Amino acid sequence: MESLVYEYQGGVPIESPRAPVIAGVVGSGNLEILVEAEGPDDRCTIVVVTAATGFGTIWQAVMNDFVARHKPGGVRLSINDVGATPAVVSLRLEQAWEAFKGGSA
Amino acid sequence: MNRDWSRSSKSRERRVARGVAAAGGRIVPQQKIIDLLEAVIEPGDRVCVEGNNQKQADFLSKSLAATDPAKIHELHLVQSVLALPSHVDLIERGQVARIDFSFSGPQAGRLAKLVEEGRIQIGAIHTYLELFGRYFVDLTPQVALIAAQMADAEGNLYTGPNTEDTPAIVEATAFKNGIVIAQVNKLVDKLPRVDIPADWVNFVVQAPTPHYVEPLFTRDPAQISEIQVLMAMMAIKGIYAEYGITRLNHGIGFDTAAIELLLPTYAAELGLRGKICTHWALNPHPTLIPAIEDGFVESVHCFGSEVGMEAYVAARPDIFFVGADGSMRSNRAFSQTAGHYACDLFIGSTLQIDLAGNSSTAIKGRIAGFGGAPNMGADARGRRHASPAWLKAGREDALATGMPRGRKLVVQTVETFREHMEPAFVERLDAWEVGQSAGMALPPVMIYGDDVSHIITEEGIANLLMCQTAEEREQAIRGVAGYTQVGIARDRRMVENLRDRGIVRRPEDMGINPRLATRDLLAARSIKDLVRASGGLYDPPKRFRNW
Repeated sequence: MESLVYEYQGGVPIESPRAPVIAGVVGSGNLEILVEAEGPDDRCTIVVVTAATGFGTIWQAVMNDFVARHKPGGVRLSINDVGATPAVVSLRLEQAWEAFKGGSA
Repeated sequence: MNRDWSRSSKSRERRVARGVAAAGGRIVPQQKIIDLLEAVIEPGDRVCVEGNNQKQADFLSKSLAATDPAKIHELHLVQSVLALPSHVDLIERGQVARIDFSFSGPQAGRLAKLVEEGRIQIGAIHTYLELFGRYFVDLTPQVALIAAQMADAEGNLYTGPNTEDTPAIVEATAFKNGIVIAQVNKLVDKLPRVDIPADWVNFVVQAPTPHYVEPLFTRDPAQISEIQVLMAMMAIKGIYAEYGITRLNHGIGFDTAAIELLLPTYAAELGLRGKICTHWALNPHPTLIPAIEDGFVESVHCFGSEVGMEAYVAARPDIFFVGADGSMRSNRAFSQTAGHYACDLFIGSTLQIDLAGNSSTAIKGRIAGFGGAPNMGADARGRRHASPAWLKAGREDALATGMPRGRKLVVQTVETFREHMEPAFVERLDAWEVGQSAGMALPPVMIYGDDVSHIITEEGIANLLMCQTAEEREQAIRGVAGYTQVGIARDRRMVENLRDRGIVRRPEDMGINPRLATRDLLAARSIKDLVRASGGLYDPPKRFRNW
């Protein structure tokens, strides 16, 4: 098990209060992502708990791209990973973000 | 000069006479099989033990590995695969001097060890067609041990849906004065049809158990991932639709099974029924059933059969190649030829791809070989007939000379990381080391980079045809290599430039929303769904049943 924390600034605040959203499942080769409105308006905090250790650089690269693409602000993402490939992580992030943005409080 | 021009036919007569004496006739009792083999095989013979990635002459192989090494030794094995433990037992017992083969699959590790210890010499690792070709030039078997389903009293054989390599092996052996010995599952009074005539066969033995057949082409839809669905959407919309691919061959993996299962859903929604995927060189993949039932498919010629598909195939004679008796006839040599010359596209997966697009499944400590993939996954330089897909690919070829010419589409589809986070993209293929440690003349490359036209990953499609320089090609590959080291080390500006030119394309560039890539798009989500789609005709092997 490894815990990784990434903090980003300069995000665009989400428009209105949003209900938390969960995407994915905890299962081999998969992961679940919880997206919540939390923290200062321009901040995005991503906490990863992963079963596979030693892939910090890859997580960092995946998260950098996600944040660069969507500029999330006032948001916390909590990720439980059971050995998902970066392809699956990126897809789940997109699904989670879409659901979070699409939902209403 | 007074030369004896019929030494080989005299040798055959002597061998047959010794065999008949040892076995009591041409129909050989099981308990006499070792006596027969010891009577007809001579030290130094070239021997073919039939087997491939599907059916195996397993009883004859086991019997050969039980013969007396003092009588049978220095053999030169010339056969498609070394897949059975008994194939390698024979080598370990010191009865084999040299092997020429195509594929070693499950025995790849043991074989690598024997080569390393200097206990066996590998002539070469071939593709199926190359080896079949050499059967008729310099590697003609003196003895062939083959597998059939049934024989009659005269020795005619029925090989049925699993005809596979048998005609090529028997033709080469029988017409160059070799000895053909067949193991059969059953002796019958009357065969459904004659696949191999009796006068090409010298001895027949009924095996204690039916010959083994591996259900190698059965892919359980339950195991197809959303990423594979996404890549299948890209293949269909970004390649099949754009080039108008009607004639094709698919590899064996889940990636291509996903494409087959998206035809009646995603491809049909795109209006592609009748416009793509109508004619195939393909084994009877269970995952093709929904597309066939949906009317997508017009014709399928098969390399071999697939366990459980016999009744379904027999009930679709308009689609498959079925005899007057009602059962299919496969033929590996012809289907490989069809895949090479008559198909516009091959798509398959691999384990490693380097910066030039070379791909290989050779991994350290294993000598696995190629099978048929290189015949499919290569531009057919001898092709002369045109088709719209072939001409379009030819026009895109940035390195083409002034003479107009077509190109085959050779597509590699890989997720950037395999399981256990093994990267599919590497700076240097393991094949270099594998080739060196096995003393091979060349690194065992499955598909050469200059034959590859496209690479599909979850990140997008790289069109290698349109790359004008080696540097562009490298950046196009890096540009779809995701978060592998190869991908992270891309020149981002150059990749964006390639994207502007349509050489690298993202899902959104093709109008594909990755969030819609769900398993709901699969026309069947389980083996049970496939059985249902077949109207109950598909009878999957037990290990695939969970209901």
